[in-house]
Amino acid sequence: MQLSRNILSDAYLRMQRIRTFEERIILEFSSGEIPGFMHVYLGQEASGVGTCMHLSDEDYIGSTHRGHGHCIAKGSELKAMMAELYGKADGLCRGKGGSMHIADLSKGMLGANAIVGGSPPLVIGAALTAKTRKSGKVAVAFTGDGASNQGTVFEAMNMAVVLKLPAIFIIENNGFGEGTSATYACGTQDLAARAAAFGMPGQSVDGTDFFAVYEAVGEAVERARAGGGPSTIETRCPRFTGHFVGDPQLYRSKEELAALRRDGDPIALFRRRVTEAGLFDATDFDALDLSVAAEVEDAVQFAREAPVPDEAELLADVYISYR
Amino acid sequence: MTKKSFREAINEALSQEMERCPDVVIIGEDVAGGEGGSSGVEDAFGGVMGVTKGLLPRFGRDRVIDTPISESAIMGMAAGAAMTGLRPVAELMFSDFLGVCFDQIYNQAAKFRYMFGGHARTPLVVRSMIGAGFSAAAQHSQSPYSIFTHVPGLKVVIPSNAYDAKGLLAQAIRDDDPVVFFEHKMLYEMIDEVPDESYVIPFGEANFVREGDDVTIVAFARMVHIAAEAADILEKDGISVDLIDPRTTSPLDEESILESVGRTGRLVVVDEGNPRCGLATDIAALVAEKAFHSLKAPIRMVTAPHTPVPFAPILEAAYIPSAAKVLAAVREICA
Repeated sequence: MQLSRNILSDAYLRMQRIRTFEERIILEFSSGEIPGFMHVYLGQEASGVGTCMHLSDEDYIGSTHRGHGHCIAKGSELKAMMAELYGKADGLCRGKGGSMHIADLSKGMLGANAIVGGSPPLVIGAALTAKTRKSGKVAVAFTGDGASNQGTVFEAMNMAVVLKLPAIFIIENNGFGEGTSATYACGTQDLAARAAAFGMPGQSVDGTDFFAVYEAVGEAVERARAGGGPSTIETRCPRFTGHFVGDPQLYRSKEELAALRRDGDPIALFRRRVTEAGLFDATDFDALDLSVAAEVEDAVQFAREAPVPDEAELLADVYISYR
Repeated sequence: MTKKSFREAINEALSQEMERCPDVVIIGEDVAGGEGGSSGVEDAFGGVMGVTKGLLPRFGRDRVIDTPISESAIMGMAAGAAMTGLRPVAELMFSDFLGVCFDQIYNQAAKFRYMFGGHARTPLVVRSMIGAGFSAAAQHSQSPYSIFTHVPGLKVVIPSNAYDAKGLLAQAIRDDDPVVFFEHKMLYEMIDEVPDESYVIPFGEANFVREGDDVTIVAFARMVHIAAEAADILEKDGISVDLIDPRTTSPLDEESILESVGRTGRLVVVDEGNPRCGLATDIAALVAEKAFHSLKAPIRMVTAPHTPVPFAPILEAAYIPSAAKVLAAVREICA
């Protein structure tokens, strides 16, 4: 696949933004600066970015409890995201959503979702809007191996096929639902085949390979935009960390964890491939890394200095008007 | 002004709102019916009670959308479509089915506005049937509106007559917040004077069904008629009833209820729902907290018992609050 320098640079920046942002929030969370629960996307960057590179702000995505990566991949500002995680008034959701409910409707990001399997039914609704208005937009449901066992996901898949909706289901199979292996919890290890059984194209790709994800999703997006209905792509990704930040991961070996990072780092693989092809050299990547590091540092400073929500916010925005 | 049934009034509101706004779509099981069947008859159902009959020929399949039997996907799809610009009216055929799709209503649609910091707009209407009386038993007869009333972010509408049903449904569809609209299945044939033209009834404004001085009765949906039947008899006994139909339970017209109890000093709440943590207890608590010193007698609640809805007609009749039970409650506190 031939991609322009601009696309390669954009893809790398988005992946590295996710990586740097999340490595930093692990520190800030662990030191107590960020409240709540924290689930990070480290290791899965190529899945979200390889998908969202095909989408504009007017296309929709629905996410999971592990949603920062999708938000960044879809183009959200790091400052407003960081402020949201800090529970500040300048956050994307004015400090009322936090990590598990972060949303950026201006970017078509319909929300992280703290209910496993909660998002796919909503995403097919966004796809219904696109179909009804003949807008040519598509809607992508990010979901996981754990959610793939939820009835809501099956219902949404069948509905999308029946109504021929411009929807794409990305099942990010990171091998674990919390602390239980997908090899135990999923009755089949071929999650794409489940989707195919509903009557849509389903394929599995290596989720550490940006180019594989990009190509597969590109075809699915094109099909959906042309009125060809939904598709499912299972992206097989490593989850570098535990289910939540602080999870001691007693359920997997140190060797397995080390191997994940050594062999399955999507960003390292991307760098190697692009460097070997002679398109970028190490100094190009290092320059991008520096700009991302500065961006994340700015975001942290912004979040720290941002005001906390006024107490009146407690009662605001339950309804547009309550009468 | 023409006489119309509760069913026709709802159908007319749907049809007029669909004409008024191209973003209004109907989503549900058999809302048209006939897809994929061998007869070739379109609009074969028009809703299980015929409420949406005739909408398909007028508005087409793109706006009258038959779905598989997948309530979570129906509710979620409607919520997602609402968040992205449509005004869906989704049908949860029987409110008893909330158990298979509640997450999409109470964790998703109801919370978007708040948890996304005021950036979301979710103009969703969920229409759903309530009520016992058809011997449809435990899983097709409940009145679980208090569960929805409990949820911040939802508005809850419970009309008791055709006139209110039309105006409240039009308001629900134009409303920018998610609204759950309950239709009591025993009311569909009830006839009222209903204007042909479109109109809206604002939420949070109770209807004073009749005015009286001795006792306030607050009742919902079909219970408004049961209470009125009791009030007719009480009037002959010289007891005059102030009968209030709140019409919406979220928002609730607290002011009208408190004002009435302030005058009468007595309260009976009539609710077909189960008694624990229900609408009756909610209104009793409101009055106990805010109008205690006006009370001349204890508050009485006439509700269904703490049981599922039974099948046998004789048991079902005993389950549903009756005019006789309302009479007994009123007489006890007016003695």
